[in-house]
Amino acid sequence: MMMIEELMDQQEPLIRVSGLHVGFQGQAILRDINLSVPAGETMVLLGESGCGKTVLMKTLIGLIRPTLGTVIFDGIDINQLSEQDLSRLRLRYGFVFQNAALFDSMTIAQNLAFPLRQHGRFSESQIKELVGSRLNEVGLPSLVLAKKPAELSGGMRKRVGLARALIMNPELILYDEPTTGLDPIMTDVINQLIIRTRRRSPVTSVIVTHAMETARKVPDRVVMLYSLSRLERDEPQIVFDGKPADLDQSRDRRVRQFVNGEAGQRLMEFVHEIEE
Amino acid sequence: MSTSTNTFDDFPNDGWFSRFANWTSDWGKLVLDTLDAIGDFALFTYRAMVWLFSRPLRWDTLWPNFHTVGVSSLPVVALTGTFIGMVLAVQSYYQFRQLGLETRLGGVINLSLLRELGPVLAATMLAGRVGSAMAAELGTMRVTEQIDALSAMGANPVQYLVVPRFLACLLLIPTLTIMADYMGVAGGYFYSVWILSVDSHHYWHNSAQMVTNFDLFVGLFKSIFFGSAISMVSCYQGFHCTAGAEGVGRAATASFVYSFVLILVLDLFLGIALDAVYYTMYPEGARLI
Repeated sequence: MMMIEELMDQQEPLIRVSGLHVGFQGQAILRDINLSVPAGETMVLLGESGCGKTVLMKTLIGLIRPTLGTVIFDGIDINQLSEQDLSRLRLRYGFVFQNAALFDSMTIAQNLAFPLRQHGRFSESQIKELVGSRLNEVGLPSLVLAKKPAELSGGMRKRVGLARALIMNPELILYDEPTTGLDPIMTDVINQLIIRTRRRSPVTSVIVTHAMETARKVPDRVVMLYSLSRLERDEPQIVFDGKPADLDQSRDRRVRQFVNGEAGQRLMEFVHEIEE
Repeated sequence: MSTSTNTFDDFPNDGWFSRFANWTSDWGKLVLDTLDAIGDFALFTYRAMVWLFSRPLRWDTLWPNFHTVGVSSLPVVALTGTFIGMVLAVQSYYQFRQLGLETRLGGVINLSLLRELGPVLAATMLAGRVGSAMAAELGTMRVTEQIDALSAMGANPVQYLVVPRFLACLLLIPTLTIMADYMGVAGGYFYSVWILSVDSHHYWHNSAQMVTNFDLFVGLFKSIFFGSAISMVSCYQGFHCTAGAEGVGRAATASFVYSFVLILVLDLFLGIALDAVYYTMYPEGARLI
C-alpha cells in the first residue's frame, strides 16, 4: 500500500485543476477551485444537491467551459484543444451519467458498441466479444442485448451505462451520482462494481455523490464542496479534503451536518422564505 | 452567454426618471438578448458547416434521416399539393370567367404553383412534420444528457446529429417540391378541366406558353434555402432546449414558428433577387411589363 502512495507522490497528477471559476448567466457556481487527482486514485466529490459538484465533473471532461482557470489532463490543457482534438482525448475518459444517458433509438448492444465503432479500429467479431464480456462483468444476461433502454429497469440501465463507460478501457472514469434513485441492494451492487473495476485495472475514478454509504465504502479520498450561496466572499469552497475515515472526526460544522444528515437551521430558512 | 442584468432595479419606482431608466434597460436587454441569440445561431451553423466538410459522412446516420425527411413526407406533401392546385382553380375560375379568360387558368395556376406555392408548401409541411420532430427529439436527447454522452464518448454531437439532418433536408426538399408541383398541376388540371369544363387543349397550350424552365428552377432553387433553414433552426432549438417536458414542447413549437417566418422572409428576398437575375438574363421579359 505504501508503495502505491509513494508512486502517486512522485508522479505528476493525472488531473490538475487550478483557479477554476465557473458561472452561468452571471451566477457563480464554482469559485477558485484547486484540485489534483493522482493517477490510480479513487476520489469522491461529496456535497449537497446544487453545490456544483456535477458542474465541476463536467468541467473536467470539457463538457462545460470554465469562466476562468485551467484543467490539465495528463499535461494537456483541455480548454486549449480544438473540437477534433478534444473528441479524440475523450476516448481516454469514461463517463457514467446520472440516468445512464443511453441512446433511446438504439438497442443495448448498439449502445455498448457505440464507443468502439466511434473509435473505428475494431472488427465486428471483436466488438461482439467485448460487448458480451463487459455486459457479463456488470452482471447482466446477454438476453438484454436486443432490448431498447426503455425496456430495462433503472438499476439495469445504470449497469449498462457503467459497462458502456468501461468498454474502451479508459484511464479516467467519472461517475455522476451512480447510486441515486436505486434500492439499497442495487446501491451496494453498483458500489461493489466500482470497487471491482478499480481492483482489476489501475484506473483513476472521480465519483460525484451525496450518498454517505458510497463515500465511506468506495474511495481513497473524499473532497466535499459547499454551495457558494452559503459561503462568505473569502471562504474556500472545498470544506473537506481527506480520507473517508476522517469524515466522522471532522470538526467542521458543515461537514458534520452533512455526514450526520441533520436539517439544523435549514428548515427555518425554508419557513422564512415562504413567509417572505 | 448573456451577462446583462437590469441595473436599474434599485431605483424607487415612482419618479419619471426611474420609469424611463427601467424602460430603456428592458429594451436594451431585449436587443442584447436578440443579438446574442442570432450570433449564437450563426456560430452553430458555422460549426455544422465545418463538420460537414471535415470528416467523411457516415451512411448509418444519413439513411434514417433520408427516410424520415424524404420517404415519410411524400404522402402528405402529395396530398396537400393536390388540394392547393384544386383550390387555386376554384378561386381563380370565376374571376377569369368574367373576363372570358378561363383558358388562361392553366398558365396562372401552374405558374403560381411552380414559383411560389409548391416550394413554400413543401417547406411548410417539412417544417411542421420533420422540423418539430427533430427539435423535440434533439431536445429530449439534450435533457436526458444523451448529447453530453455523445461528446463524452468522443463523438461530436454537431457532426453526428446535425450534419445528417441538414444534408437530408438540403438534398431531399427539391424532390418534395417537385412532388408538390406535380400533384398541384394534376389537381389544378383535374378541377379546371373535369369539374369546371375548361377546354383541355387551350389549358395546356396557355400553360406551355406562360411557364418556363426558369420558373421551375426558381422554385427548386428557393427550396434548397428553405430546407437548410428548417434543419438548422430545428437542430438549434433542440440543442438549446431547456429542462423538462415544457422545455421540449417549447423547442418543438419555436422550431416551427421560426422556420415558417424564415421561409417567408427568404421567399420574399430570394424572389426579388431571382427576378433581378431573370431580367438581366432576358431583358425582353422586363419590357413586356
